[in-house]
Amino acid sequence: MKEIRVLSPVGMLGYGFPVKSFQKGLEKKPHVIAADAGSTDAGPHKLGAGVGIVSKEATKKDLTLMLTAGCENKIPVIIGSAGGSGAEVHLNWTSEIVKEIAKEKNLHFKMALIHAEVEKDYLKNKLAEGKIKPLGPVSELTPKDIEEATRIVGVMGVHSHIKALELGAEVILAGRSNDPAMFAALPIREGYNPGLALHMGKILECGAMASTPGTTSDCMMAYLREDYFIVEPTNPMRKCIPSTVAAHTLYEKSSPLHIIGPEGITDVTECKFEQYSERAVKVSGSILKKSKIINIKLEGASKVAYRTICIAGLRDPIMIRQIDECEKHVRDTVFTYFNDISTEDYKLLFHIYGKNGVMGTLEPQKEITSYELCLILEVVAKNQELANIICAFARSTLLHYSYKGRIATAGNLAFPYAPSDIPTGAVYKFNIHHLVEVDDPDELFSIEIVKV
Amino acid sequence: MTKEVSIIDLVNVIRSKNAGPFELTFDIIFKDKETYEKVKKTKVITKELIAKLYHISIEKVLYFVEFDPANAIKATIVRPVDSGSIGETDVYGAQQHAPLLGIKIPYKE
Repeated sequence: MKEIRVLSPVGMLGYGFPVKSFQKGLEKKPHVIAADAGSTDAGPHKLGAGVGIVSKEATKKDLTLMLTAGCENKIPVIIGSAGGSGAEVHLNWTSEIVKEIAKEKNLHFKMALIHAEVEKDYLKNKLAEGKIKPLGPVSELTPKDIEEATRIVGVMGVHSHIKALELGAEVILAGRSNDPAMFAALPIREGYNPGLALHMGKILECGAMASTPGTTSDCMMAYLREDYFIVEPTNPMRKCIPSTVAAHTLYEKSSPLHIIGPEGITDVTECKFEQYSERAVKVSGSILKKSKIINIKLEGASKVAYRTICIAGLRDPIMIRQIDECEKHVRDTVFTYFNDISTEDYKLLFHIYGKNGVMGTLEPQKEITSYELCLILEVVAKNQELANIICAFARSTLLHYSYKGRIATAGNLAFPYAPSDIPTGAVYKFNIHHLVEVDDPDELFSIEIVKV
Repeated sequence: MTKEVSIIDLVNVIRSKNAGPFELTFDIIFKDKETYEKVKKTKVITKELIAKLYHISIEKVLYFVEFDPANAIKATIVRPVDSGSIGETDVYGAQQHAPLLGIKIPYKE
């Protein structure tokens, strides 16, 4: 029977996975080992500042296991969204780790580096041609947005991974990739149903999360056949049941019925999730509706400000009852004192835990019932010095404010730290979240072959 | 016999999470098909309910789907602030589900 086996050791490269689970997976003779190394989950700072989501040590640990297994068993190893955000700096960071491992373990292989960072001039031209449109509830892209982004990546699909495999790559380190791509590439290349392959990839990209007890830090194996695929965690303490796999199809997506990617839309409306064996689930019915036009998602982050915070506790019930008025007083005082500075140049934020710190404007609960509040005073400004100055002033204003009925006159705030004000550095924002129409994905994603 | 039941007793999962940096998605996954079908019939959980619980306009509820294969109801709303931007309260969007926990269903045994 025609079958292709894909092993996903972990839901995020660097999260770690049990060696035993991995070995159990290897015993099943997978055709490819793949992992997702990235996400937009951690916010725009990672893309904007060019840093990773997990540490070098953690990434190296996971990669060592995967690369040695890949070399010993002669199976390709595919990593997508390298370094977290998948731009050049992240790809290079991961590539250095791979070379280090190869040296230490005496491994030799052909490695493909797939670049995902996009040139600004190229995008400006595309914009002028009218080939860029918003993705989701964002506004139209402007040349200013392109200019202000510190880095911009395109999200590649299976096309580039398949190309790398065809070039004989034994290890693929790809920049920003669509989550299922690393897992679906080999199966699609081998002629398996792309809808099933992409759906399978969506489940595998989170490791053993679609099982019970679910976790991203354990291995998941998939067996793709002609009309269905089977998923099973390799650790015997976990099992897949129809509801865990079906629920995962919903996870992190706006709509569960359609999984949208560069290849097109994978329609899961007619999907069936059935218990295949004690710990395995069979999935059938996923259909890829191939898009006629190739649209590639673009992600870009720009630096918008610098931030300083101050963490303080409040324990006086007379003040807690009047927290809104206290906030207003601080805002008015700051505004008046800094009247020579444009309000465009700074912003003052109050995060009040015990009131609406977690949900902000979405919080339905109107009454404060806590005897204690945690306040995080935040100032974002055009430079770090200004953020520090305003935060210090706001903090001391609140600390000494003589609110109505005050009897605790020594100081209104409990600071856990000295210094109380903490500069936290640059703040970024996802300023590009758009689609660019291309004739060929190769124009965005170049492949470089390296002999390691 | 119909009685008012807390939704917490009928589900395996109630969660919120970012769906990309600009959208927040909620999943309500019921214990089994029978429970899911009964809750669907009551028509208590709707797009309008989501808008009401989060006190946003109905236009901000981008998707509302009853996903039979997972015995789940999913709703997606526009994030008040794009992920990680100034004014953020929850970078991953994983702690915005509390208003859903208060839903009561007139449940037929």
